[in-house]
Amino acid sequence: MTATDDARLDAFRDEIAGWIDANAPSSLRDRPFSEDDICWGGKRWTFKSEDQKTWLDACAARGLTAPTWPVEYGGAGFSRAQDKIFRETLDRLRVKKPLDSFGLWMLGPALLAFGTEEQKRHFLPQITRGEIRWCQGYSEPGAGSDLASVQTHAEDKGDHWLVNGQKIWTSYADQADWIFALIRTDREAPKHRGISFMLIDMESEGVTTRPIRLISGKSPFCETFFDNVRVPKSYGEGISSIVGEENRGWDVAKHLLTHEREMIGGGGSGLTGGRSVASVLADDGVDDPVIRARAMKLGVDELAMNLTLERYKDMAKQGGVGNASAMLKYYGTELNKARFELLMAAGGSDALAWDGVHGTLAPEWLRTKANSIEGGTSEVMLDILAKRVLELPSE
Amino acid sequence: MTTLTPTEDETMLRDAARGFLDDAAPVSNLRANRDAGRPYDPALWDEMVKMGWAGVLIGEDDGGSDMGFAAANTLAEEMGRTLAASPFLSTAVIAATTLRRAGAPGLAEIASGAATYALAIDEGPKFAPAATRMAARADGNGFSLSGTKTFVGEGTSATRLLVLAQSEAGPTLFSIDAERAGISREKLDLVDSRDHARITFDDVVATGEDVVGEVGQGLAALAPGLRAGQAALAAELTGLSAGAFAMTAGYLKERKQFGRHIGSFQALQHRAAHLWSEIEVTASTIVNAGRVLDATPDEADLAVSLAKARATETANLAVREGVQMHGGIGMTDDFDMGFYMKRARVAAEWLGDYGYHAAVVARARGDAA
Repeated sequence: MTATDDARLDAFRDEIAGWIDANAPSSLRDRPFSEDDICWGGKRWTFKSEDQKTWLDACAARGLTAPTWPVEYGGAGFSRAQDKIFRETLDRLRVKKPLDSFGLWMLGPALLAFGTEEQKRHFLPQITRGEIRWCQGYSEPGAGSDLASVQTHAEDKGDHWLVNGQKIWTSYADQADWIFALIRTDREAPKHRGISFMLIDMESEGVTTRPIRLISGKSPFCETFFDNVRVPKSYGEGISSIVGEENRGWDVAKHLLTHEREMIGGGGSGLTGGRSVASVLADDGVDDPVIRARAMKLGVDELAMNLTLERYKDMAKQGGVGNASAMLKYYGTELNKARFELLMAAGGSDALAWDGVHGTLAPEWLRTKANSIEGGTSEVMLDILAKRVLELPSE
Repeated sequence: MTTLTPTEDETMLRDAARGFLDDAAPVSNLRANRDAGRPYDPALWDEMVKMGWAGVLIGEDDGGSDMGFAAANTLAEEMGRTLAASPFLSTAVIAATTLRRAGAPGLAEIASGAATYALAIDEGPKFAPAATRMAARADGNGFSLSGTKTFVGEGTSATRLLVLAQSEAGPTLFSIDAERAGISREKLDLVDSRDHARITFDDVVATGEDVVGEVGQGLAALAPGLRAGQAALAAELTGLSAGAFAMTAGYLKERKQFGRHIGSFQALQHRAAHLWSEIEVTASTIVNAGRVLDATPDEADLAVSLAKARATETANLAVREGVQMHGGIGMTDDFDMGFYMKRARVAAEWLGDYGYHAAVVARARGDAA
């Protein structure tokens, strides 16, 4: 990086900070944010406040809900360095992100990598403006870790597909407008070769959802049923309902899973944020040398993992990480679970309430148990590392 | 904008170091040294001096190559990979950094290979510089040093000693000739077959000129060199982990039992993948320690202790898994894995163990430990 580049980035830093400062509503800054502050967007979305809508619209108009996407698709066309500065500035000024969504995290990157020009122009701006809320239809009751054995099937009916089957663990399907799903379009082909990556309107006749109550008491996931659902082959000129080639949806899914793993492994970069074990011990006046020693070890590991996330981001910029991203997912999620086990132990009986002196620590602790299951279990991650990275033999 | 990935220069240095060490200092070199009762191979150190490694942290005016801490870590890491024994860490990293920061003499002799140093600091079984009891009694215009130091790396072979002792004004650091009257050096035969000594000081005369930094400020004078040494030792341990892991992964791909490669068993695959993950995570802390030392050397306690703590723990896992996955052959002296295990144990204790460094990390993060 040259001095001129650095000077340009410094100018950019000042400019973007000025813009954020001038536009971010005061109710969405300078305070701790919770799950309730997230803006998911979508047709059924009720804004939590007028400010939430103002902030979303202001950011969307400048492409700042998807800063790295090209301008013509609703992004800001930022370089990675600019994107990093933008995110750091939001953190520094303690301003809430304008929009979170599976469209931004997953479908967008898939369309950018595999979509046609028309698909990108049609779907991406709806995502960046927060108009359409997407959900992900991957897992099925019989296809968890063995994801490629999905059975939800689409029959070719000429101008449309007739879809039947069942998806599970579809996050917020009951509030989503559209779903991107892995659907079997060729039952004769080898299992990885007969799957298509299909975009389906959740308002289609025959789609029903049922929330699943989890051990945390919450229901972020649903079962989603497809009962003779007619999915048009095309949503307009060049806008196929399939992303990528027909029967090659597994390539798209794999690409996205790698993306998802990096994200989950990062734990939202909150590994050292949030409450510390020491502070929970102090709050409760507990002095337990064993918990303290475990907390010291966890502290060492969390800092090392944060540096690793940073190092892998730098590696990604310089050519990619590939299957090694499975390590981030494995290590990051196991650490996060360990952290919550320790927080619970530090809090003692005070931590056992659904909502008590430690807030919602208990349900959050229960929620972390899914970290090492969703997006590929820890055991699947270790399999990937052993086979693809270490190239250990299969027999 | 610095990144946690290697620069082109660092990659070139690593490649050159690896090529040299694979050829000149494979693990068989350590075995030969041990069997000959030799702490290290002087001819190997001469080669390292010629390549500028002795002067890696010394300015060009003193004949050094001044490549910086990240470069020193890179060299140490590559030495760890083949367990190459040399005075590098004690002399080129710890002593060079300490003397340079204090403006003390001796740098040109280090860079040229004329002098090697040992750090005489420990007095008990655990690293605790602040608890130093060895006496530096006022004697005329100078001092009289009396006491015993143990676990002194390169202690029998070094031509000079850095020694920490308590004067009336507080801990004071001295740089003295290792042959000065009243010094007796006794070889400690430790499990890693390297050069370690117990050194007794019996009314050893030291003058004001021998003091490094200020009288009574010995801990401060030592701090920069210690940080550099701890980081380089962490790098060595990480290279050691990678070296042991490469042997183990190679064995998993080659050894057959029950008619299959043992590397095809999921029980071993998952343990190998976990170990690889630990090594990757630790590697990040090594790069970071080099970056922080080069940028803000006086604010590197957290980065350095994080690296040493992680490297200690990871190397321990790497050698335990190394022996277990090799099975019976891993227990034999004929096979090299044992050398990795023994060096890992010694390096775990040197310059502060896991608990020492984890406590530094906790304090630096603001968690009272």
